[in-house]
Amino acid sequence: MAVFFFTQEVSTGMSDVTNESLIEMYIYETEENIEQIERTILLSEETDSYSSEVLNEIFRLMHTIKGSSAMMNFRHISALAHSLEDLFFFIRENQTVKVQPVEVNDLVFSGIDFIREELKKLKSGREPDGNSEKLTAEIRGILEKLKTSHVPAVNKYSKEEEKVPAGTETAAQPNNGPLKLYKVRLFFKEGSGMENIRAYGVVHHLREYVNEIRHIPKNIIDDHGTAEIIKEKGFTIYLKTGISLNELRALLSRTVFLDRLEVEELHDEEEIHDLFPANGSKNSKETEKAFYQVGKAMISVSMSRLDQLMDLVGEMVIAEAMVTQNPEIRKLELESFEKAARRLHRITLELQDLVMSIRMVPIAGTFQKMHRIVRDMSKKLGKDVKLEIIGEETEVDKNIVEHISDPLMHLVRNAVDHGIEDSTAERIMKNKPETGKVTLEAKNAGNDVCILVKDDGRGLNKEKILKRAMEKGLLTKSPEEMTTNEIYQLIFEPGFSTNEQISEYSGRGVGMDVVVKNIEAIGGNVSIDSKEGEGTVVTMKIPLTLAIIEGMNVLVGENRYTIPISAIKESFKAKGHEYFRDPAGNEMIWVRGKLYPIIRLHECFSVPGGTSDISGGILIMVEEDEKSACLLADRLIGRQNVVVKPLPAYIKNFDHFNGISGCTLLGDGSISLILNVSGLIESKQSRTLSS
Amino acid sequence: MYEEILETQAEDTMKDRYLTFEIGGESYGIDIKYVREIVGLQPITPVPELPDYIRGIINLRGKIIPVVDVRLRFRKPFKEYTDRTCVIVIDLNDTSVGLIVDSVSEVLTIPENQISPPPELNKTSSRYIKGIGKAADGVKLLIDCDSFLNDDEVRSISNPE
Repeated sequence: MAVFFFTQEVSTGMSDVTNESLIEMYIYETEENIEQIERTILLSEETDSYSSEVLNEIFRLMHTIKGSSAMMNFRHISALAHSLEDLFFFIRENQTVKVQPVEVNDLVFSGIDFIREELKKLKSGREPDGNSEKLTAEIRGILEKLKTSHVPAVNKYSKEEEKVPAGTETAAQPNNGPLKLYKVRLFFKEGSGMENIRAYGVVHHLREYVNEIRHIPKNIIDDHGTAEIIKEKGFTIYLKTGISLNELRALLSRTVFLDRLEVEELHDEEEIHDLFPANGSKNSKETEKAFYQVGKAMISVSMSRLDQLMDLVGEMVIAEAMVTQNPEIRKLELESFEKAARRLHRITLELQDLVMSIRMVPIAGTFQKMHRIVRDMSKKLGKDVKLEIIGEETEVDKNIVEHISDPLMHLVRNAVDHGIEDSTAERIMKNKPETGKVTLEAKNAGNDVCILVKDDGRGLNKEKILKRAMEKGLLTKSPEEMTTNEIYQLIFEPGFSTNEQISEYSGRGVGMDVVVKNIEAIGGNVSIDSKEGEGTVVTMKIPLTLAIIEGMNVLVGENRYTIPISAIKESFKAKGHEYFRDPAGNEMIWVRGKLYPIIRLHECFSVPGGTSDISGGILIMVEEDEKSACLLADRLIGRQNVVVKPLPAYIKNFDHFNGISGCTLLGDGSISLILNVSGLIESKQSRTLSS
Repeated sequence: MYEEILETQAEDTMKDRYLTFEIGGESYGIDIKYVREIVGLQPITPVPELPDYIRGIINLRGKIIPVVDVRLRFRKPFKEYTDRTCVIVIDLNDTSVGLIVDSVSEVLTIPENQISPPPELNKTSSRYIKGIGKAADGVKLLIDCDSFLNDDEVRSISNPE
């Protein structure tokens, strides 16, 4: 009986797992797909027209979503995707039709939002029960409108093929002549500058007349380095079109700053095939094949498994130390053992690096999401705002990416809503470009990553901030004594919100203090700088990874503690330094003309046996969040990269001591508490105040 | 239906089974379904500013778990740890906690009809006892794991919010 039970259990368990992983896979894929659609649409909005690539892309992605949703039996998502697929199919097949991208985009966005909402439900284990009928009907309505208003247009060069039969997936052919392949090489005049942008102009201009187009170098918009290549080697375009060589030459010769132009017709079928492999517009089956081939090289792994792997590697590092530094073999001379141990050590280090690097993801995904926010807001608020992104290839730990998304969204909203001027007239008056600019920038700075949200708007108004802070009773000292920076920092105080009216975007009762809280929760900090009339910069400094930090291990009594290296300024023996106790019992030390409070670690952690003699121990000067102090420990043990583990939840429930940020395991398996320097200084201060 | 029957049977094997342990001559029992393992005493790393009965944290094969001294939790005087001192690791709502006890005795079956509710004499220590079980060698105080670990009394003192 018991055996029976066991097998039963296993088999039901298995089917659950497969079903769950299917859903997980579905969520992951669909999320990727809608994000891709969003990006593509936003790109097309910049040019205010749909290129055939954009149409193909959206059509393909919608097709995928439709298929996988139908497979998972999510009827409403599938129906919605289907209607959008049809819409884009029609636009693609009838490229001459007058489409208002803005109108269509809004629909696509509501569609994406619907799907996203449903995915959210799935993620939290609920059924995707939303109803998309209204939206689907709306999309169908637009499609009908387009169909009736559309009269097959006459092309400049030749007559368009009459209606393409629905269902077949051939590319729109603006020309009825036999397709020919051309190779074009352009050189721009010396000193024309921005060669890559000019090249893009050429490509864009040609799109109307050609069926397919490829160019070398490829990434001319995003990669500004291509300008150099074009300058030296020229810009090469391969295109398939029905127009003649002379027509093409005439078209191209109108290019501004053109220096030299070479146009030739290619006849080699092989070459043609190589240049235009399995294009999405030709056959969706081929595209799908290509899609799956990409899938083979990449697999998605759940975060919890990576965390497990990380934990295991961490344990292995410790186990390795326990073996190689085992007291029982310490006195033996073991040549080949030593060799093998060194080899093991090297491999573990590599493994650790690899695990860390797997968890690192580019911040691009998070940044790209902000395009949508800026778009929606600038439309709603009637402000002309552009988002610029710098350094999106910067990599951070996956955990961190998840945590910065919300704060970032809040900051971007603030920048557009409060930062950028309300009217273009106001901007023109101040000699600024009409279009407001919000810049997102990510860059590495040592063990931290800096994320900047910049706007070129009004900037902060000190008087307003002070007035507001006064009203809210947030001032702790008189305004005259405050530095500009201190005044700006008031914005981060809980209960502060500069806007009089709560607007749809920034107001919602949450202020900048929430941003600060979120960032601090992942060990980072936020600062703000501004110039009135010129703009505001909010800088978030976040550790690259939460999982491993570089720490200095110190000994206090029999206990060991780890201080993050990033917080340590220096360490020194108190020789010849003057130290004293003030009437309130605070100990202070003079270091190079500055006074620092002394924090005795053995007192803080009530460790018996710690050095109480200041000159006998070692002082470690630490600084964090502009607070500094000298910590007294018995001695330094050494620096080490440590795997950070959070304190158990059971303890966190009690813990009101801010001096510890987590713990780590040392080589011998013992636990070391990791100090939270700013928390330690704060709790010391508050204790002095209360006593 | 079939599975249901089988599942109840599986639960049955754990039902009415208690791990018993000693504290200062008194015998306690803990529902076996919470017990994950029993380990010898490990080096404890103290964590500051916690109630005294939370002795600190230990490293259990790479997992950091808090340890609670059951003696101190029941407001009995602290006793130095010896070779016989054990840590019973229990899992409750996805958190693992180690319980430090004087010594572990055995696993006993105490049927429900042999368990009577605790007398309401002493509020403070009986609040973590869910019943008193009768066994061949005497009575066992059966611990209510949930309130034992998650009682708000202490927390509300240290945290008046």
